[in-house]
Amino acid sequence: MTQTAPAIELKGISKSFGPVQANKNISIRVMPGTIHGIIGENGAGKSTLMSILYGFYKADSGAIFINGKKTEIPDSEAAISAGIGMVFQHFKLVQNFTVLENVVLGAEDGALLGPSLAKARKELKALSEDYGLKVDPDAVIDDIGVGMQQRVEILKALYRQADILILDEPTGVLTPAEADQLFRILERLKAEGKTIILITHKLREIMEITDKVSVMRRGEMVGHVATADTSPPELAEMMVGRKVLLRVDKTPAKPGKVVLKVEKLDVTDEDGVHRVKNVSFEVRAGEILGIAGVAGNGQSELLEVLGGYRRATGRVEVNGQSIDLTGAHSDGQSRRARGIAHVPEDRQREGLIMDFFAWENVAFGYHHDPAYQKNRLFMDNAALRAETQAKMDRFDVRPPNPALTAKSFSGGNQQKIVLAREIERNPDLLLVGQPTRGVDIGAIEFIHQRIVELRDQGKAILLVSVELDEILGLADRIAVMFDGRIMGERLPSETDEGELGLLMAGITDTDQPHSVAEVEARLAYAGSDGSKGA
Amino acid sequence: MDIVSLLQVLDSTVRLATPLLLACLAGLFSERAGVFDIGLEGKMLAAAMVSAAVAFTSGSAWIGLLAGMGASLTLAAVHGVASITFRGNQLISGVAINFLAAGATVVWAQSWFAQGGRTPQLQGAGRFEAITLPGAEALSGIPILGPVYAELISGHTIIVYIALLAVPATWWVLFRTRFGLRLRAVGENPAAVDTAGVSVVTLRYAAVGICGLLCGIAGAYLATALQAGFTKDMTAGRGFIALAALIFAKWRPWFALYACLLFGFLQALALRPDVISAVAGFRVQVQLLDALPYILTVVILAGFVGKAIPPRAGGEPYVKER
Amino acid sequence: MDRMPKWADVILIPLFSLFLAALISALVIWAIGENPLEAVRLMVDGAFGNTRNIGYTLYYATNFIFTGLAVSVAFHARLFNIGGEGQALLGGLGIAYAMLYVPWPHWTLAILGGALASAAFGAAWAAIPAYLQARRGSHIVITTIMFNFIAAALLNYMLVNPLKAPGAMEPATLSFPEATHLPNFQTVFDPLWKAFAGPEAATIFQRSPANVTFFLALVASVAVWALIWRSRLGYEIRAFGWSQPAARYAGYNATRITVVTMLISGGLAGMMAVNQAMGDAERLVLNAAEGAGFIGIAVALMGRNHPFGVFLAALLFGALYQGGAELAFWTAIPREMIVVIQGLVILFTGALDNMVRMPLERVFGALRRPAKPGTRSAQQGPAE
Repeated sequence: MTQTAPAIELKGISKSFGPVQANKNISIRVMPGTIHGIIGENGAGKSTLMSILYGFYKADSGAIFINGKKTEIPDSEAAISAGIGMVFQHFKLVQNFTVLENVVLGAEDGALLGPSLAKARKELKALSEDYGLKVDPDAVIDDIGVGMQQRVEILKALYRQADILILDEPTGVLTPAEADQLFRILERLKAEGKTIILITHKLREIMEITDKVSVMRRGEMVGHVATADTSPPELAEMMVGRKVLLRVDKTPAKPGKVVLKVEKLDVTDEDGVHRVKNVSFEVRAGEILGIAGVAGNGQSELLEVLGGYRRATGRVEVNGQSIDLTGAHSDGQSRRARGIAHVPEDRQREGLIMDFFAWENVAFGYHHDPAYQKNRLFMDNAALRAETQAKMDRFDVRPPNPALTAKSFSGGNQQKIVLAREIERNPDLLLVGQPTRGVDIGAIEFIHQRIVELRDQGKAILLVSVELDEILGLADRIAVMFDGRIMGERLPSETDEGELGLLMAGITDTDQPHSVAEVEARLAYAGSDGSKGA
Repeated sequence: MDIVSLLQVLDSTVRLATPLLLACLAGLFSERAGVFDIGLEGKMLAAAMVSAAVAFTSGSAWIGLLAGMGASLTLAAVHGVASITFRGNQLISGVAINFLAAGATVVWAQSWFAQGGRTPQLQGAGRFEAITLPGAEALSGIPILGPVYAELISGHTIIVYIALLAVPATWWVLFRTRFGLRLRAVGENPAAVDTAGVSVVTLRYAAVGICGLLCGIAGAYLATALQAGFTKDMTAGRGFIALAALIFAKWRPWFALYACLLFGFLQALALRPDVISAVAGFRVQVQLLDALPYILTVVILAGFVGKAIPPRAGGEPYVKER
Repeated sequence: MDRMPKWADVILIPLFSLFLAALISALVIWAIGENPLEAVRLMVDGAFGNTRNIGYTLYYATNFIFTGLAVSVAFHARLFNIGGEGQALLGGLGIAYAMLYVPWPHWTLAILGGALASAAFGAAWAAIPAYLQARRGSHIVITTIMFNFIAAALLNYMLVNPLKAPGAMEPATLSFPEATHLPNFQTVFDPLWKAFAGPEAATIFQRSPANVTFFLALVASVAVWALIWRSRLGYEIRAFGWSQPAARYAGYNATRITVVTMLISGGLAGMMAVNQAMGDAERLVLNAAEGAGFIGIAVALMGRNHPFGVFLAALLFGALYQGGAELAFWTAIPREMIVVIQGLVILFTGALDNMVRMPLERVFGALRRPAKPGTRSAQQGPAE
C-alpha cells in the first residue's frame, strides 16, 4: 500500500474571505479506499477547504493532486471529471424537481432529456441496489425527508462516477436511525473501493467510522492521526487547543420570589414541527437558571416565545401576572413593558442593526423610552449619544465611539453593546441566549461578571447556552432540554458534565437505555444540529 | 350577435394576443432562469422601431425582423450585464431599459426620418402580409366552419403562426431538453446547477438572450405586421400585460397561451363596444376592459384565486455563500 | 470595515455614475449629428437662462421632489414603490374632487385642503399593494406596476365620463374656481423685485408655471428628513429596512411599518398633483402625472434616498426637463432625449451600481494598503 499515491493530496492551500483567513497553508493526504475524517470546531475552516477541493471556491494559493497527478479545479465541473463528489451540509437540490431530475441535472447524456432520464432510471435502480440507497426516482424533493434528500445527494455523486466522496456534516440533519444507516452505506462504499472524506465536529462519528483523522483549528491544520491510535480526549484537545477554564466568582444565590413561571408551554413552528413540548419551570429573583442542551432542542424557540416573537400555547407568568402568548400583546415591546429584557442568541441578525450607529442601537427596542424623546414628535439623538458614551465607558466597549456602525465593532464589543442596553434597563427578568458565542476570552469574563452582578441585585436570569462550561460556571440551577422537553433539573454542585451529557442525549434515570447502540443513537440525535458537540 | 361580428372579434383577439404571447414567452424564459424582467416593454419598443426603420430602408420585412431582434437582443445584453455580471437590481435594470427604449426610439427615428419620431408608412414587402392557408377560399362556403377557417384560422401573418408554434416549442424546450432542465433548475436553485458542474452565468445569459429574441419578434410584429410603421410608445403597455399574463399563467407555457388569448380578447372587445352592448345588453366601459388584465393579475397575486409562486431564485443575483 | 469612506459612497459614486450617463448621452447626441457641447450650452441656457426658464425648471423640480421623496421613503423600508405614477394620478383625482366640490374661501386654505385630499387619494392607492405585500406576500413591485395601469384606466374613465366638463370636447374637468388658484412665482416675487429694482424693471417669472407649491415641496423635504432621521416612526422604518429579523426581535410590527410607509410614500406621490393640477393647469387633465412618478425613481437613486440629495437630484432633473424642452425647440434633438438620459441615470446609479463601485473600491483599497503591507514586507524582507 505504501506505493499507492494518495487519492487526494492538498499542498499549502490558503484562502481568505476579505479580511478573514479561512484556510492557512493547509496540507493533507487522503489514501484511497479509506474513510478520512476532518474534525474541528465550527468555523475552523473545514467546509471551506472541501469547497475548494470541489471547485466551489477558488484557493488563493496551493496545489491539488488527485491520484498523484497535479490537477487544477477551477470549478465544480473540473472536480466532477476528476472523480470527486460532494454532499454539502446544505443540500444543493432543486426542490420542485423529482429525484431523477436532480440526479440527471448536469450529467445528461445528450441534448434530449428522454434518453438521459431513461438511462438514469436504470442506473439509479442498480446503484440503489448496490449500496442500499433506496429512493423513489419520481418523488419530488419537496415531498421527501432530509434523510432521503441526502441519499439523493449521494446518488448524484455516484451517478457521476465519483471515486472520492466528500460529506460535509452529514449527520447534522439526520435522526439517529438515519445516521446509522448512513454509516452503513459509507462502509459499503469504502468496501467498494471508494475514498470518503467525512467532515464533522462530532468526535463520536470520527471514532466510529474513520480510518484516519485530520484536525483543524482556526483555519489551520493541527495534525493528522490514525483513528486507532488516538482517543476522544486527545482529539478534543487538538480541536480546542488549550482548554480554557471558565471560572466565575460568585457567592451562593439567595433566591427570592418567583419572577418567571412557565407552565405547560408548547410551541409548533411554521413548518409544523413540534419544537417545545409541555415545558414547565420557574425562575426566582436572585438566581440564574441555566438551560443546557445541544442546539436545536427547543431552547431557541423557548427564548423567542418569552421574548415575544414566537407564538405558543400554555401559560407564562411574570411577577404573578400572565403574559399574552398568542394575541396582540405578544411582541418584544410589550415584553419590555413587563420588565423582561432579552439578549438574543444571534446578536448580528437580531440583537443589533449592523448598519445603525452604536448610539442608534442603544435605543433598539426601547426607542419609545421618554428619556430618548426631545418632544412629542422627535427623538433626542444628543441624549442618546451621551447615554451611549456613558454605557460604552461602563461596559468598556472598544473603541468607545458611539458614532461607529455596529458592524465595525468586534464580536465581543458588539455583545457588550447589546448587554449594556438590556442590563441597564434594570429588568426583573433577563433572557440571555449564548452570551459569549464568538466572543474573545477577555470579554467573556466581563460579560459573565455583569450577569452575576445583575443576579446579585435580585433579578431573575434565564440563561440558554450550548457551552456546558458556561452553564456549570454561571447557573445556580440547571435544566437540560432535549427534543423540546426538559429532561431534568440539577444543582451545579450535585452534578457533573457526565450526567448532564447523558441528559442532553435524552437519557434519564428512569429511562435507562437497553443497549450501547441506543445510547449512541440518542447521542447522535441530540447532536442533530450544527452545534459544538465537544 | 351575428357570426360575422363574433369572427371579427375573435380574429382581432388572435392578432392582438400575438405580441402579448411572444413577449410573455420571452419573459417566461428569463424568469424561469431566475432573472426578473420588467423590461419586456422596452425591448419590444426598441424592436418595433428598428424593425420598421430597417424594413422601410431595405424594403424587406424579414430584414426588418432580424434588425428588430438585434435591437432587442442588445437591450437584453444590457440587462444581462447589469443583473448577471454586475449582480445589480434586476427590477431597476428593467425600469432603466424601458426608459432607454422609450426615449431612444423616438430620438433615433426622428434623426433618421425627421417625421416627428415615427417611421414612414410601410408598404409592400416592407410589411408582413396575411397568408391565406390552402383551401380557405374553397371552404368558405361551408356554414360556420368555412368562415371560421377562412377568417379566424387562415389570413394571418406568418408571425402569428410563429407565435402559436412557439408555445409547444417552449414547452418542449423547457420540459423535454437538457437545456430546459438546466434552465428551470437555475431559476429554482442556482447552487444546485453550479455544484452539478454547469455554469450559472452562461445559462442565465442564454435565457436572457432568448428573451431578447422573442421580444424582438413581438416588437417587429407590432410595427411591421399589426401596424405599418413605428409610432411613439406604440407598445402601449403590452410588455406589462405580457408580464401580467406570465404571472396569470404561473410561468407555464400553455397557460401563457390561454392568458394571452384572454387578455387579447379583452383588448379586442375594447375596440368593439358595440359588440359588448349587443351581447351583454348594457354598456361596459372600455376603461374597465383596459384595466381588467391588471386587476385579474392583482387578484391572482393576492393569492385569493390560486397562489402564483414565482421561480424560487427569481430576482436574486447568484452569489456563492459568503 | 467599510471598503471606502462614506463621502465616496454618497458623493463620488453618484457623480461618477452621472458622468457615465452624461458621456453616453453626449455620444447619442453626437451620433444623431448634433454638437453635444452646443446641446449642453442650450440646455443650461434653457434651464437657467432667464427667470421664466428658471421658473419652469423649478416647476418640474417641484414635481420630482414629491415623487422622489415618495420613492425614498419607501426605500428606507426596502420597499420599491414603482407606483408613484398611479398614486400621483389618484392624487389629481383627489384634488379635482376637493376643488370642484368644496367652496374654498381662499387659496391658503385650498392648498391645505388640496394637499390633504391628494395625499389621501395617493395614500389610498398605495395602501392596497402595501397590504398585499405585508399580509399576502404579493411582490410590491408587480402590484404597484399593475396599479399604475389601473389608475390610468380609472382616470381615463373619470375624465371621459363623470368628471368631464359639460359640453367640452377634451377629457378634462371644469377649471377650478378662482379662489383656489395658487399664486405663481410672478405674483409672489415680481412685486418684491419691482420694489427692489424699480417699477421699470423687467417682469420676472413671467408666464412660468412655478408656484407656491415649490415651498410645500421644501416643507415636505424637511418633514421627510425629520420623519426618517428624527422620529420614532422613522427609526422603526429604517430598522425594519435594514433587518427584518432584528425588527421582529425588537417587536416592531412588520405589517404596520409596511402599510404606514407606503401610505406616506403614496401620499407624497399624490401631493405632486397640488403642483400640477392646482398650481399650473387649474383643472384636472388626462395623464396629469406626465411620467413624474417614474422620474422619482431616478431622483431617489441619484439622491441616495436622502431628502437633500433628492432635492438636488430633482433640481437636476427639472433642469434636464426644461433644458430638454428648449433643446427640442432650437435643435433637431427631440424632447425624448431627456427620457434617454433618465434611463441612463437609472441604469448607472441603480442597476450598474456595482460596475461603478467595484473599481472605485479597488482604488480606495490600493490607496489605503501601503501602510500595512509596507510594514509586513519590511519584516519579511530579511527573511527571504
